[in-house]
Amino acid sequence: MTPALLGIDLLKPFEFEFFRNGVFVATLAGALCGIVGCYVVLRNMSYIGHGLSHAIFGGYAVAGLLGINLFLGAGAWGVLTALTIGAIVRRRPIGSDAAIGVVTTAAFAFGLALIQIYGSPGRNADALLFGNVLGVTWADVWLIVAVSIGALVFIFIGYRQLLFTTFDTEVARATGVKTGLVDGLLMVLLSATVLATMNVMGVTLIAANLVVPAVVARMLTDSFARMLMYAGVIGAVSGFVGMNASYHLDVASGPTIVLTAAAFFILAFIAGGSFRRRASGVGHAH
Amino acid sequence: MIDVAGLCVDYGAGDVLTDVDLMVADGDLLGIVGPSGSGKSTLLKALLGSVEARSGTVTRRPGLTVGLVPQVEQIDWSFPVTVAECVGMARARGWRTPWITRSERTEIDSVLERLGLRGLAGRHIRDLSGGQQQRVFLARALFTNAEVIFLDEPTSGLDVRTRHEVLHLLDELNRQGLTIVLTTHDLNGIAAHLPRIVCLNTRVIGVGSPEDVLVPEVLEQTYGSPMHILEHGGMRVVVDSPLHLVEGEGA
Repeated sequence: MTPALLGIDLLKPFEFEFFRNGVFVATLAGALCGIVGCYVVLRNMSYIGHGLSHAIFGGYAVAGLLGINLFLGAGAWGVLTALTIGAIVRRRPIGSDAAIGVVTTAAFAFGLALIQIYGSPGRNADALLFGNVLGVTWADVWLIVAVSIGALVFIFIGYRQLLFTTFDTEVARATGVKTGLVDGLLMVLLSATVLATMNVMGVTLIAANLVVPAVVARMLTDSFARMLMYAGVIGAVSGFVGMNASYHLDVASGPTIVLTAAAFFILAFIAGGSFRRRASGVGHAH
Repeated sequence: MIDVAGLCVDYGAGDVLTDVDLMVADGDLLGIVGPSGSGKSTLLKALLGSVEARSGTVTRRPGLTVGLVPQVEQIDWSFPVTVAECVGMARARGWRTPWITRSERTEIDSVLERLGLRGLAGRHIRDLSGGQQQRVFLARALFTNAEVIFLDEPTSGLDVRTRHEVLHLLDELNRQGLTIVLTTHDLNGIAAHLPRIVCLNTRVIGVGSPEDVLVPEVLEQTYGSPMHILEHGGMRVVVDSPLHLVEGEGA
């Protein structure tokens, strides 16, 4: 007999390989986005996740049109977009938000126009926009595993440089940290994360996966190390629960994952203050 | 330790620093004073090597290790970082474990104790008093084993008592052999108590002890406004003369 809740057979979907793959990818993607999202949120770059996901969608279309590997094409497009934003901000007196808005929406619009003219480059455009558990392939599984391993290695090796650069770029640079290199590598990691997760989450909702678990974790702790850990766990749980909800409610996986994470946000908003005080074991001094 | 010669810096809209010559020697406790926009922070950055010179040179002793304490206004106080994490991040160059090692923990505890921050390692930086916050960033700079520490307006926004605490701490660290360079707006509370001062207004107006440079002629050139020196209880007190300005404008 399998576990049931309100007459729903909770283990039923696990009989299907596509679902097992989908749950695995969504859980791992949630953890990955949660951890990477901490750096995004703390750098006040929440909008770049949203923008990059749109830009990478455009990259899919361009890669399909050029007949090159979709992942590589879209990934390169994403990195190029991120670097272009950085270059514009350094050379012109406009804010990063404005540069992100211009470059990423243009890249997205370009992709939409190409798909309208030439058709989808191999994947259903709706699935890319909103996420689809049925669209998860073994390639997606291996891609997310590879990106997750790469992210963990990068964060393990560069933990202190990343933390110092994120918290206090100018002082980090002054004391010898190669902040430009750290920023560039983080952009590459962010692009790879978005690329690897967009098939499950969908372009329109990836930003939430990057931002919400990190914001929830921030409300639960005042320690950076714990924030990374909490965000990874919250993202993973959101992915797992959201994927199951997606199957049982027959709703696209992206929205159910985001709504699960949003439920965590509401809980943290209500109980976060007391949780944080208990976790740190101190009260506010002033 | 650091030798500045003929340094000119501009940010594309006129000179921020013009023909600056300055030498920072081992064991210095040097204050840079001047009005807003006089180039104090730029000179500090130039000494750190993080500003591109239009001409002139900044020669630092090879292998010199530096620490920087930023202005408190530049700190993101909502950033999730405890005192121990804040200090520990300073050792970021080269291969480091993500976690603070046992020996580093001992060193951090030692630095915190030295600066009167014992028992606060697990606190969030926001949950400290103004003086404690300033000392955390000083501890971070010390944890890099810096030979020279730069402080940008270290007493900005602090009350009188805390300002004295910070000043005494800097004096104590300097007596222990640390070279310190700071910028300050506070002529009476900070600059007058330092052994050496640089008066800056794009160019160096005067360098020397407070007795040498806190004089009306140098201060007027530095601040572009008449200033007077009063002797009070054996202390030199710099006062500006707004009444004189008003009278001057009316004349």
